[in-house]
Amino acid sequence: MSTIFTNARLIDPEAGTDEIGSLLIRDGRIAARDPLDQHADEIVDCRGKCLAPGIVDLGVKVSEPGERHKESFRSAGEAAARGGVTTIVTRPDTDPAIDTPEVLEFVARRAATDAIVHVRPMAALTKGRAGREMVEIGFLGDAGAVAFTDCDRVVADNKVFSRALTYAASLGALVVAHPQDPTLSAGACVTGGKFGALKGLPGVSPMAERMALDRDLALVEMTGARYHADQITSARALPALRRAKANGFDVTAGVGIHHLTLNEFDVGDFRTFFKLKPPLRSEDDRLAVVEAVASGLIDVICSMHTPQDEESKRLPFEEAASGAVGLETLLPAAMRLVHGGHMDLPTLWRALSLNPARRLGLGTGRLAVDAPADLVLFDPDAPFVMDRFALASKSKNTPFDGSRMEGCVLGTWVAGRRVHGS
Amino acid sequence: MAFRQKHLLGIEPLAPDEITTILDLAQDYAALNRSAEKHGRALEGLTQVNMFFENSTRTLASFELAGLRLGADVMNMPMQASSIKKGETLIDTAMTLNAMHPDLLVVRHPHSGAVNLLAEKVACSVLNAGDGRHEHPTQALLDALTIRRKKGRLHRLTVAICGDIAHSRVARSNIWLLGKMESRLRLIGPPTLIPAGARDWGCEVYHDMAEGLRDADVVMMLRLQKERMDGGFIPSEREYYHRYGLDAAKLGHAAQDAIVMHPGPMNRGVEIDGTLADDINRSVIHEQVEMGVAVRMAAMDLLARNLHAARAA
Repeated sequence: MSTIFTNARLIDPEAGTDEIGSLLIRDGRIAARDPLDQHADEIVDCRGKCLAPGIVDLGVKVSEPGERHKESFRSAGEAAARGGVTTIVTRPDTDPAIDTPEVLEFVARRAATDAIVHVRPMAALTKGRAGREMVEIGFLGDAGAVAFTDCDRVVADNKVFSRALTYAASLGALVVAHPQDPTLSAGACVTGGKFGALKGLPGVSPMAERMALDRDLALVEMTGARYHADQITSARALPALRRAKANGFDVTAGVGIHHLTLNEFDVGDFRTFFKLKPPLRSEDDRLAVVEAVASGLIDVICSMHTPQDEESKRLPFEEAASGAVGLETLLPAAMRLVHGGHMDLPTLWRALSLNPARRLGLGTGRLAVDAPADLVLFDPDAPFVMDRFALASKSKNTPFDGSRMEGCVLGTWVAGRRVHGS
Repeated sequence: MAFRQKHLLGIEPLAPDEITTILDLAQDYAALNRSAEKHGRALEGLTQVNMFFENSTRTLASFELAGLRLGADVMNMPMQASSIKKGETLIDTAMTLNAMHPDLLVVRHPHSGAVNLLAEKVACSVLNAGDGRHEHPTQALLDALTIRRKKGRLHRLTVAICGDIAHSRVARSNIWLLGKMESRLRLIGPPTLIPAGARDWGCEVYHDMAEGLRDADVVMMLRLQKERMDGGFIPSEREYYHRYGLDAAKLGHAAQDAIVMHPGPMNRGVEIDGTLADDINRSVIHEQVEMGVAVRMAAMDLLARNLHAARAA
């Protein structure tokens, strides 16, 4: 089975190029770029629209097991396909947590039968994400866990965390952490400052992020672990990250799309769809973090897809659940960074696809010959008004509801098979 | 008439002329309340429900009396003892209540923004009687009326708000109101009780009473909650009283004719000296309570007029 994409604007994050050409895929892999022989079983005329490696979304919450009414592998897979995401890297903050090979196997089985995109699970770092005992990192790695993380729960005990890092390092396992000082941020639901204080909402200084990152990086220095900070959202955390990278530690960082495109003022009159973890930051922080993505200091952009049902969001702001869905809005929201002149498409795709794939040791995220044929075809300029009830996700908690956005996914291919568009 | 709101959720959404409209009407009601008659008919036929998710004696009594004086059918729902304990959500409670067709809903809730949320879900007019640390609009309005009666104006006054600004909805509503009316605001308190970002609100921030009170026309003391007294935010009650408790000596730094206000209930000997609180030449604390009823009558009257107009349309 072969398909040729003709007249495509090829976005190649590896080569850093954005040029018109054609791409031949065969048997689930990329077979040739600009082949002389343009014959194939199927021809897709891209009409000058963008063809790029599919997005690798690091840190998606699929609410199986435990809360399937919020999101299942079927609905998450459908949402991903619509959003141009070809690999979802799932979080273990389910109920129960994914902290044993048995639970991981359940997840893998569900994903294999239900999801139409690739699913790569992460496992918890400590049992029950309780921060006391490490999980069976070896067994879980063998069972397919691509990284280990307690998600938004911070392992507060330095001894526990350092041992887990040491043990993970010996297996070459990647540890993903949420840099947020747990005591300083206790009870907070917005970023401390003029706006949050005026609304009477308990706030946390962005310094809590830097403090936790500083600690984590010290422990990385001590243990030699492979470390990824899930979300770096404030200017104050950036120098520490830059230093750690310059010193050659195996450190990367990500940021959620909402922190790149929204700021603390968007909370407005207590709109709980804008309640995130960490909370939305000031505009200065947002711009600094966008700049850090453009320069490559921050490696990964993810959706931080966190489905929440209506009940958990229809509460007073302090009591409402945190998080927003993002699989379907990641691409159009990220296009704001391109349209705003902050970065070009290859740079954006480095953060959306190439870097997360590399960090997790996946072969995707590239347009090179023999790379997996995980592709997204999209129109970067097509405008639309976001309607949350049109989402494929079971949960509709997107902060972009009613927003004017640009960037429509026309087609998504996973291992050469079309899973979205016609 | 310059009052265009459906709800009174805070001072933030009000325009200066709307504030003036409420105060002007409240001034009339203050006179009525001092007369033998005491009764109006503005809320006749309307149902007022007071839903308090947090303990309150003074505010609840004030709202209840205001409604009764204007002829409303008043019902009190002490929510901290009821369904919320049984796991019913705020929205469900609101919907249940909405089905009983109230006209005015007075709500106090321990969480910031909860009253805004509730107002989105019900058909009647909602008055915020205090939500978390967010707003307490009728308190700010009664403070403003008291100041206006004593000082003759609300603009170009130097107003010092002292104490626990961080946890105070009274402070926030007063900051909005006095800022809108173009007075000069000073916040005085220990740095642990002044929120981050307060300087960006357009207020001057002081950590020393003598400096902060200098030439102030109005001194507004805030209540220090018992649970904040020990260790967490301030070292001790006695150190707080020594540094921030208002007494005659500290008040000496303020203007000669400065008035002293307190939203009540007072902790005598913690944030205010007992003798000073009782000094009828300086303290206007009892007038504040009196104006509270008048302001709540005015606010409910204006909302009811808008409600009638909307229903007629």
